[in-house]
Amino acid sequence: MPNSAATHAVSELATVTAEPGVPKPDPLLVADKVNRHFGGLVAVDVDHVEIQRGSITALIGPNGAGKTTFFNVLSGFDKADAGSWTFAGNTVTNTPPHRLARKGMVRTFQLTKSLSRLTVLDNMLLGAGGQTGEGMLASLFPFTWRSQETKNTERAMVLLERFSLASKSKDFAGSLSGGQRKLLEMARALMLQPELIMLDEPMAGVNPALKQSLLDHIRDIREQGTTVLFVEHDMDMVRDVSDWVIVMAQGQIIAEGRPEIVMQDQRVIDAYLGAHHDQELTASGGSLTEEVTS
Amino acid sequence: MDMGFVLTQAISQAIGVTAIIYLLATMGLNIQFGYAGLLNFGQIAFVAIGSYAIGVFIIQWQGSVFVPNLWVAILYAILLSVLLALILGVPTLRLRADYLAIVTIAAGEIIRLIFKSTDSLGGAQGINGKMGEEFYAINPFPEQDRFDFGPLSYTRNDAWVVTVGWIVIALLLLLTWALMRSPWGRVLKGIREDEDAVRSLGKSTYFFKMQALILGGIFGTLGGIFWAIAKQSVQPDSFVPAFTFFCYTILILGGAARVMGPVIGAIIFWFLLVFVEQFLLLLISNGTITFLEPTQVGPIRFILVGLGLMLLIIFRPQGILGDKKEIALDAK
Amino acid sequence: MHRGIARLVLVLVAFAAAGLVGLSPAQAEGQSITAFVSGAEKAPIPGVTVNVTDADGFTGSGQTDAEGLATIEVPSPGKYTATIDVATLPLGVEVKGGPERSINVLQGDKKVLFPLVPVGEGGDSGSGGGIFSSITVDRVLQLILDGIILSLIIALGALGLSLIFGTTGLSNFAHGELLTLGAFTVLVLNTTLGLNLLIAAPIGIVISAALWGWGQNQILWKPLRKRGTGLIAAMIVSIGLAIALRYTILFLFGGSPESYAQFAGQPGIDLGPVFITPKAIYLSIIAIIFLVATVAWLKGSRLGKATRAVSDNPALASASGVNVERVISVVWVLGALLAAYGGVFLGMTQNVVWTMGQFLLLTLFAAVVLGGLGTTSGAIVGSFVVGITVQLSTLIVPTELKTAAALLLMIVLLLIRPQGLLGRAERVG
Repeated sequence: MPNSAATHAVSELATVTAEPGVPKPDPLLVADKVNRHFGGLVAVDVDHVEIQRGSITALIGPNGAGKTTFFNVLSGFDKADAGSWTFAGNTVTNTPPHRLARKGMVRTFQLTKSLSRLTVLDNMLLGAGGQTGEGMLASLFPFTWRSQETKNTERAMVLLERFSLASKSKDFAGSLSGGQRKLLEMARALMLQPELIMLDEPMAGVNPALKQSLLDHIRDIREQGTTVLFVEHDMDMVRDVSDWVIVMAQGQIIAEGRPEIVMQDQRVIDAYLGAHHDQELTASGGSLTEEVTS
Repeated sequence: MDMGFVLTQAISQAIGVTAIIYLLATMGLNIQFGYAGLLNFGQIAFVAIGSYAIGVFIIQWQGSVFVPNLWVAILYAILLSVLLALILGVPTLRLRADYLAIVTIAAGEIIRLIFKSTDSLGGAQGINGKMGEEFYAINPFPEQDRFDFGPLSYTRNDAWVVTVGWIVIALLLLLTWALMRSPWGRVLKGIREDEDAVRSLGKSTYFFKMQALILGGIFGTLGGIFWAIAKQSVQPDSFVPAFTFFCYTILILGGAARVMGPVIGAIIFWFLLVFVEQFLLLLISNGTITFLEPTQVGPIRFILVGLGLMLLIIFRPQGILGDKKEIALDAK
Repeated sequence: MHRGIARLVLVLVAFAAAGLVGLSPAQAEGQSITAFVSGAEKAPIPGVTVNVTDADGFTGSGQTDAEGLATIEVPSPGKYTATIDVATLPLGVEVKGGPERSINVLQGDKKVLFPLVPVGEGGDSGSGGGIFSSITVDRVLQLILDGIILSLIIALGALGLSLIFGTTGLSNFAHGELLTLGAFTVLVLNTTLGLNLLIAAPIGIVISAALWGWGQNQILWKPLRKRGTGLIAAMIVSIGLAIALRYTILFLFGGSPESYAQFAGQPGIDLGPVFITPKAIYLSIIAIIFLVATVAWLKGSRLGKATRAVSDNPALASASGVNVERVISVVWVLGALLAAYGGVFLGMTQNVVWTMGQFLLLTLFAAVVLGGLGTTSGAIVGSFVVGITVQLSTLIVPTELKTAAALLLMIVLLLIRPQGLLGRAERVG
C-alpha cells in the first residue's frame, strides 16, 4: 500500500504546472510569506510553497540562496521574522523542533550529529518517541519502562539491519565512518516514524561508493510512506531521486517543477551560472557538488 | 613527625570531612557536566546555600516557629537549592553553553558577597555555633572518647559524621547509577554530545537540562549542609570560585560520566594533596629540605593542583576510570 | 585567600574598631586624644606616628603601640588637628579619608580612628564618610572619575580577552594572571634589579608581551590547537594554568602586597570637586593611547584587518590566504602587552599582590560579555559600563558588594540581550 501511495503522489505531480508557488494536489507542508533577515540582509523571502505528501522533494539553489536558512526556519531551529506554515493541516509557525518532531516532522543535519560517545544502538533508542523511562522519576523504576525498551530495541535493530549497521550496534557512534553516520542519522530519525523527513545535504562528505546506497535508502523511505524533503548541491542526486525540485535564489523561490523540466529552466541556469561561472549545470560527475569541509 | 604520621594524615584526609564535602559537590557536577555537559562553574553557590541555610535557620533564627528542628532546616535548604537552580537555569539554559559558565560563576560570587555583607546572614564573621544538635543526638556510637580504625582515630562525633557522610554518598551513587542507565540518563548523555540532535528527535532538552541542574545542585547543597553540621561554622570566604575548580579537577581526575569517578577522584585528590603537604613539612622539619619555608608548602600544593588539572585534561581527559574505546575517540 | 576583598570591608571593620576603642579603659584625668590605627581584620598597626596640633601653636606627637593606640595629652579642651605621618605607614596602604582629622576635644579622652586601606581604595578619595554617607554631587563626580580609571584598567584586560576569544574561541580564565604577571615582572625589574620604574615599566611590559603572551601561546596553546583540543577542554586548561600561575607567584613573592619603589605615596591633587593623584592622570592618558592605538590598528592595518577576519570566520580567513597562526600569535602578544600595562596601572594606583588579576577576572568577563563576546569596541564599551557601575554602585550598596553589582548587571543584560550591547544577533546553523 505505501508503494502505491508513493506512486500515486508522484503521478499526481505529473499534472502540476511548473511554476513557483504552485498548489499541489495533496500538500503535507505549506508555507506562506516566510521572511527571515539578518540585519539588512534578506536571507529568506518565500511567498508560497507546498510540499506534496508522499513525494521526494529537492530544495536546490546556489550558495547563499537561503536554502539552509529556510530549512532551519521550517524545522524550528531558527525563527522567522514573518510568515506562517502548516504541517498536515496544523499551524506550526515557529514551533520548537522537539514539538515538530513529535508531530511527525524530523530533520537531519548537514554536519552529521551522531552522538559520538553513545553506542549506535543508544543513538537509535534516543530516537524513539513517548518513552516512559525518560521521566526522571519513572526512570528509577525499570519495570515501568523495560517492556517498552525491549520493543524499541527490536524496532531499532530492524532499522539498523536495513541500513547495514546492525553489526555496529554496540560500537560508539563516533567510531563510524562519515557515510555510516549519515545512515545512522537517517535511521535514527526513522525511529520517530515521521510523516516528513527533512534531510540537510545528505550527500555532503559521502564517498561516491556510498552515494548509490544512500539514494536507495531515500527512495526506500518514500516507498515506506514517509515524505522526503531535502536540501542538496549534488545535481546528479537531485535528478536521480527527486520527484519535484524547488529552486531558491537570493532567498526567493525562482522555479519549481519536475527535475527534467526545472533543469532546462533558463532562470535556474542563470541563477546557477551567476554563482558558478566555471561549472556546468547538468554535467555528469557531480560538478555542482560543493566542497563541504567540516 | 615521621612517615607513618604523614601517611596517616593523608589517609584520614582522603576519607575525611573535607573530602566528603568536595565529593558530594563533585557528584552533582558529574550529573551536570559529566553526563549532561552543562558547564556549571558555580557549584559553590549550591554548597553555600546548603551551609548558610543551616547556619541561618539554626543559629540566626534560633527558636523561630518556622524552623522547629534541623530536619526542617535541611528540607528548606533543598527547596532553596531548587529555587537557585531555577533562577540560574531559566534564563541561561537556552543560551550558549559558555554563558551558563559565566553566569553561574558570577552568581556564586554574588551570593558569597551578599552573605558576607549582610549582618543578619552572618556578615564577614560568618556564623558559628551548635548546628545540628539533633544530628549528633542520634549518634549510635557507644559513649567513649576515641574510636580507632587501624591507624585512624576519630572522636565519637567525627566517627558519626564521617559514617553518615559515606552512607549518604553510597545512596547518592546508587541513585546516580540507576538514573544513568535509564532512558532518562540516555537523553542527558545525548544532550552532552549534541543538543540540537536531541532536540530534533523530539526531546525538550531545556527540560532535561533543568532537571540535571536541579539534581546536581541538590547534591552540592547536601555537601553544604554536611559542611555546616560537621564543621559547626559557616564562613563566607570559604565559598570562593576555586572550590568549583577543585571539584572539576577531582571529577576529571576520577573520570567524568563515570558513577564512581568522583569517588576515586576525591580520595586520590585529597590523599595526594595532604601527602605532598605533610611530606614536605616532614622534610623541612628534619632538615632534608632547607630551601623552603613551611609557609611555602601551601602554595606548592595548589601549583600541583593547577598543573595536574592542565595535564589531566590534555593527556588523560577521560580520567582514571576512562573507557578504552573513548580514548580511541579522543585521539581522532 | 580573599585578602583584597577583605580589605574592602575595612569600612565595616572601622566601625567594629570603634566599638573596641570605646571599651578600652579611659586614659588620664585631663584631656587627651587617642588615635587608633587599624589595618585589615581590625589588626592594630603599631609604630605609626600621630601628630596633634592646634591653632595656638600646640604640637604633640605619639606613636601607636602594639594595640594600634597612641595617646597624646592636650593642654585644654578645644579644636585640634590630628595628622598621621604617612612616612611611618606600612608600604602600600594609606589612610581611609585622608591622613588628617579635625577633633573637637571637650573633656577626657577623645578617640579618633585611622583605618588603613590599600593605596587607591579610598584613601585619596576624600569620601571618608563611610558607606552610608549621603549622595552628593562631589561624591558622584569622584566615583565617576574613579570608575573611569577602573574602566581603563578593565578595558586593558578585556580587550585582550576579547581578541583571544574572537580569534581562538578560548575563554581564557588565566587572563587575570596576565595582569598579575605583568605587574610582577615590572616589580622584579624595579625593586630587585633597582631600575627606576620609568625604565622598568616599559621593559617589563615588553618582556611580558614576549614571555607571557608569545611564549605562552607557543608553548601551550599552539600545540593544543594542533591536537584539536576542544574549546571546553581548553577553557579548563586555562583554569588549571590560572591556579598554577597564581600560586607560583604566591610561592615566589609571598602574600603581602608590595609597592613599586617610585611614585608609591604620591599625594593627590584637588581638581575642583574631585581628587586625583598625578600618576593616575598620566597612567590614564597612556592607557587611552594604548586602547585607541589598538582599535586603530585593528581597523586600519593589514594585520589588524586579518585579525578581524579570523575572528569572523577562521576557516574562511585561512582559505583566503590569511596566516591564522600568525594572527593568533600577534593577538597573544598584544593581549599580554595590554594586560601587563593594566597590571602596572593597577599596581601603581593600588598595590602589587598575587591575587590582583584573579579579582579582576570576573569583571573582565563581565565587560566582554556585556559588550558582546568577541567584538572589540564592545569590550571597551562593556569595560566602561562595568567600571563605572562598580564605583557608582557604592552609592547605594555596601562597598564589598560593588563587584556583585557589575556581575548582576551582566546577568540581567544577558537575559534581555544575549548578544551583548554591541553584538549582532547570530545566525543559527
